[in-house]
Amino acid sequence: MTKFTKDHEYITADGTVGITPYAQEQLGDIVYVELPKVGQKLKQGDEAAVVESVKAASEIYAPASGTVTAVNDGLSGEPGLINSTPETDGWIFKLALDNPAELDGLMDADAYAKLTE
Amino acid sequence: MSMNTQGRPTGIGTAAPAVTSGSSLLPNEPLLFEIGDREHSGVDLPDVEIDGSFLGGFERQSEIDLAGLTEPETLRHYVRLSRLNYSIDSGMYPLGSCTMKHNPRLNEKMARLPGFADIHPLQPVSTVQGALALMEELAHWLMTLTNTAAVSLTPKAGAHGEMCGMMAIRAAQQAAGQGHRTVVLVPESAHGTNPATAASLGYSVRSIPARDDGTVDVEAVKAALSPDVAAIMLTNPNTCGLFEPEIIEIAAAVHEAGAFFYCDGANFNAIMGVVRPGDLGIDAMHINLHKTFSTPHGGGGPGAGPVVLSEALAPFAPVPFVRKSQGSLALVEHAEARHLGRITAFNGQMGMYVRALTYMLSHGGDGLAQAAKDAVLNANYIKARLEHVFSVPFPGQPCMHEALFDDSFLEGSGVSTLDFAKALIDEGFHPMTMYFPLVVHGAMLVEPTESESKQTLDRFCDVMLELAADAKAGNSPRFTSAPTKAPRRRLDETRAARSPVLTWERPDELPQAAE
Repeated sequence: MTKFTKDHEYITADGTVGITPYAQEQLGDIVYVELPKVGQKLKQGDEAAVVESVKAASEIYAPASGTVTAVNDGLSGEPGLINSTPETDGWIFKLALDNPAELDGLMDADAYAKLTE
Repeated sequence: MSMNTQGRPTGIGTAAPAVTSGSSLLPNEPLLFEIGDREHSGVDLPDVEIDGSFLGGFERQSEIDLAGLTEPETLRHYVRLSRLNYSIDSGMYPLGSCTMKHNPRLNEKMARLPGFADIHPLQPVSTVQGALALMEELAHWLMTLTNTAAVSLTPKAGAHGEMCGMMAIRAAQQAAGQGHRTVVLVPESAHGTNPATAASLGYSVRSIPARDDGTVDVEAVKAALSPDVAAIMLTNPNTCGLFEPEIIEIAAAVHEAGAFFYCDGANFNAIMGVVRPGDLGIDAMHINLHKTFSTPHGGGGPGAGPVVLSEALAPFAPVPFVRKSQGSLALVEHAEARHLGRITAFNGQMGMYVRALTYMLSHGGDGLAQAAKDAVLNANYIKARLEHVFSVPFPGQPCMHEALFDDSFLEGSGVSTLDFAKALIDEGFHPMTMYFPLVVHGAMLVEPTESESKQTLDRFCDVMLELAADAKAGNSPRFTSAPTKAPRRRLDETRAARSPVLTWERPDELPQAAE
C-alpha cells in the first residue's frame, strides 16, 4: 500500500519514491532533478534528492531507511515527467527498505488527503 | 566604399539597421554582432610595423571575428539597452529583502576623488594613508553601530561575509578543541544563503521550525541544541519582516550549549542606530554595505559584506586589516597563526567603503537611526493601506522594514502571485519579491525603504489595490497575459531553465531546423 509523508512524498509497497500530485502542483514546472546514487545508503529523513522548479528548490527526503536500488534517469532529460505523471513515469528513486515497519509511521492515502485539504 | 588601412571597409550602418521593430523610444535592440559584421571595421588603425617574429610565432592567423562597430554605434547600443532597464534611478523598486534604497549622488562624488579612485593596492602604504584612514573610520562606525570588538571589511558580498564569519567560528572552535561540532541550526525564516554557507563549509544543517506568528520557536532551538552544534544562523529582523523578540533568550541558550550565534545582518537597515546586535549576544554578523549603507547593487556595482566579530572571535579575523603603528596607519598583512589568512586577494571593495562612509557621515548617528525608523514606517504604511484587501500571514503585529502578504486573497481568481507581479510591470513598477520567504504560500514581500516619499507610496498602494480589485472582479487575462507594455512579453521561464541557450551563434552557422 502506498504511504505518504508530511513532506508530500509517496513511497509505494515496492519502495518507489516520488512526490505527490499536490506537491508538483505547488512547486510549478520542474526544471531540474538531482538524483541520488544507486547503492547510496539513506537513513529515514536524510536528504536524498533535490527537485528544482521555476519557483524554488526543494529537498526530497528518504521516507524510510534503506539502500537506493534504482534512480529514474529519464528525469534528467525530461524533468517535466514529475509534473505530468508524478505517480508513474515521474518516480524519482527506489529504495530497498532496511525496516519496512518504518512505513507504519507514515500516512495512508486518506490521512494524506486530509492534510492537503 | 572607403577602405581603412587594414583593408576592411569602413562605414556606419553598413549592416542590419539598429532598430528592427518597436519605436525609437522602445527599440527592439539587436545584439552587437547583429548590428556590425566581421567585414567592416569601425576604427582606422595604422599598419603594423613590427614583424611577426617579434611575437615569437604567436601572431593571430585567423580572422579576429569581432563585429566592426564605430564608437558611436557601440555607445548607442549600450545606451539603448540601458533604457530598456528598470532601475532604482528610474522608479520605485519594492523588491523585499534586497533593500533597493536610493544611492545618494554625494556617495558617487566622494568615490571619484582621485585619492580614493586612482590608487593601487600595491602602492606603498605611506602614499595611501588617507584611504587607510577611511577604512579605519568605517571599521570604527561599523563596530560602534553593532557594539562589537572587531570587523573584517574585506568580504565582497553578504554570503562571502557569512562564510568569513562561519570560518572564524570554526577556527575558534578548533582552537578550543571543539572541532567535533558539525551541526549548524538554521531557522526556516532564515535567508537561503545561511544553509548554503553552512553546507559549503561542510556543516550539516538542522532546520528549526517557525511558530505560527512567523518568528523562531525558542523551545525548538533549545531542543535542537546538543554538543555537536557549532552555531545557529539566524536572520534578524527575519525574512518575514519581523523582529525576533526572544533573540536574547536564544543567544543565551546557544552560548550555554557552547555554540556561537551567527546573525545574518542583511536586514540591519531596519535597526541601524536603534539596536546594537552586540547587545543581543551575537558573535558574528555580516553587514551588506550595498543594502544598509546605500552603495549600488543589482547590476549597479559590486557588493561588500564586512563581518563584525565578538571579542571571542576577534583573534580569528582574516587579514588584512588596518592598525595604527608609530603614528601612521599600517596594513597588517601577516598576523599570528590564529588568523584565518586571506579571503580576498587585496583589501576589498574600496569604492564601496567610500560610499558607505559617506552615507554614514552625511546622516550622522541620529540620521541613520531616523533612516531605519523611516524605512519601518514606510513598510507599515503600505501594510496598513493594503491589509484590508491583501492577506497578511502574520496579522496583529507591526512589521519591520518589509511588509509580507500571501496569495490567499487571490483564491479563486485564476491569478497567481507570479501573474500579479507581472501585471505590476505594466503599471510601471518593478515587481515585489515573489515566493519568498518559502514559509508563506505565494509570498509577496514589499520593501519600500526610507527612500520613497508618501506620494510614491500612495501611488504604489493605489496601483496594488486597483490590481487586486480587478483580479477579484474576474479580469484574469490582464494578469495572465502581462506584461504587455514592457520591452519583452511574458518569458517562458520553464523553457529558459530546462533548455537554456547560453551562447550566440551566427545565423548562417546555425544548423538548419528540421521542422
